[in-house]
Amino acid sequence: MEFIKTHKLFSFYTLLVILILFVAIFAPYLAPQDPYESNMRNVLQTPSAEHLLGTDKLGRDTLSRIIAGTQVSLFMTICLVILLAIVGIVVGIASGYFGGKVEMVLMRLADMMLSFPGVVLAIAIAGILGGSIANTIIALLIVGWAKYARLVRSLVIKLRNNDFIIAAQVNGTKTINILRRHILPNVLPMIVITGAMDIGTMMMEIAGLSFLGFGAQPPTPEWGLMLNEGRQYIQTAPWLMIYPGAAIFIVVAIFNLWGDALRDVLDPRQE
Amino acid sequence: MGEVEKLNRLANRLLQMLITLIGVSFLTFCLAYLAPGDPVAMLLESADTIVSEEVLEKTRAELGLDKPFLVQYGNWVVGILHGDMGMSYSAKKPVFEKLSEGFVGTVLLALVTIIFVLIISLPLGIWSAVNQNKWQDYLVRVLSFIGVSMPNFWLGLILLYIFGLKLGWFPIASSTVTLQGIILPAITLAIYQSTKYVRQVRTVILDELHQDYVIGARARGLSESAILWKHILPNAVLPLITLLGMSIGWLLGGVAVIEIVFSWPGIGNMAVRAIMMRDYPLIEGFVLWIAVAYMFINFLVDLSYSYLDPKLRKGI
Repeated sequence: MEFIKTHKLFSFYTLLVILILFVAIFAPYLAPQDPYESNMRNVLQTPSAEHLLGTDKLGRDTLSRIIAGTQVSLFMTICLVILLAIVGIVVGIASGYFGGKVEMVLMRLADMMLSFPGVVLAIAIAGILGGSIANTIIALLIVGWAKYARLVRSLVIKLRNNDFIIAAQVNGTKTINILRRHILPNVLPMIVITGAMDIGTMMMEIAGLSFLGFGAQPPTPEWGLMLNEGRQYIQTAPWLMIYPGAAIFIVVAIFNLWGDALRDVLDPRQE
Repeated sequence: MGEVEKLNRLANRLLQMLITLIGVSFLTFCLAYLAPGDPVAMLLESADTIVSEEVLEKTRAELGLDKPFLVQYGNWVVGILHGDMGMSYSAKKPVFEKLSEGFVGTVLLALVTIIFVLIISLPLGIWSAVNQNKWQDYLVRVLSFIGVSMPNFWLGLILLYIFGLKLGWFPIASSTVTLQGIILPAITLAIYQSTKYVRQVRTVILDELHQDYVIGARARGLSESAILWKHILPNAVLPLITLLGMSIGWLLGGVAVIEIVFSWPGIGNMAVRAIMMRDYPLIEGFVLWIAVAYMFINFLVDLSYSYLDPKLRKGI
């Protein structure tokens, strides 16, 4: 209770995030209609009482597809961010704690990825591998891991020479235990902050790839893909491009606010 | 810093650039090699003909696609060193020619965007810094937050809908490079980029405002606007140039999504079509082009940095 009082903003944003998670998890129950069911007599209906946000070219209910899309988008984004964190931690610790040739090779690779506009490569990778949810995640993982690895490595190098680590080494603590008990807990907060602040960006990049046709494939109700499909009807059915984009905007905005607030709570030193 | 050290750093930098070029091109080559789908079948069948296995084999041999992977990559690298980037499968033209077709559109779009970015972000950033923590500042911060969270392809579609369709001020699609067609994509990109710049300008100006020399200038009775224009702004230029360099690199990479939204004939638009057609030589050429452009511009930015900052120039 005390926490909520001192961190009012953060608590409020957390509530909003929980609300989005709730929509994502219970999407099948919340959607008024089946997001996959097409109805040829209801094609391209303007928003009405029956279809609050209208229908698409196959007569599917836009609102239901947006709700179902919450699940798809959030699932992809969270998978991606968790994978980025895991790869970053493994590579960062491997190069920061052990050093040597491993470090040199890994960091050269990381520099390579960082000295290149990631989105372009992600488009090429996702496109060449063929559009699918898994390939989108793989593409953005290949492009994004370097930032996390660099961050973890710099934290580990700072930690490595601390007295408590040296004491543990002198005591004969197994390396794996040093990593698990001393290094990991000290690295984790920064990774959580970075991951949380990246959720919004990653969500947009995923939607962008789907928009180009290199991400989720029809008939999946994914926001970027819906925008791509809706784009062709910009003249006759503008609601098809307005609402899925608004969904991305709102969810990304909430996650951005939440990420910033989380940083302020966990790491008050910054800013 | 001695001359030797400088040369060493330069050599190191060039080596890293070379490694990046090789690494990135190797990665795309690997992916193209491993990817599902046969480019030869795609190429021949796109002409609406049913082709026999012999013809496929023959074409493969012609294109050198029957050779082992490393030989293919080696041949490609040797070709590049001779200025030959191969032939585009889909356009049946040299990749270089095809890339230069998209080049004009992309460079123009990048330049116009940068101009818009400066027009939007400099005044807003200064305005919000000078009025720190007043309503002007909050307004600018809210606007820049909205800009960051808005998917730029969605913003593009909305602008297209309002100004292209409803008001009819701009063409909905521009398959050739025109002055009218460039405005909307450039504004879309500029709004997105400006959010970063506004924050940066604000931070830099705020930092400078608290410096001793500003207090000194005030004590000497200089007017606020003179302090701002003559003392603060020249100091704020440097950090902006770094950002500008990164943006130009990003924009030259062909902002594929926006080029698709507005059917702008740039390099990103071309790349997306190349990927759909599995036109591997064109994709590889495209990725290589971006890598080169991006690194070259970053390199220039670093050089300009040491030129513009006398402290760095003397190596202090």
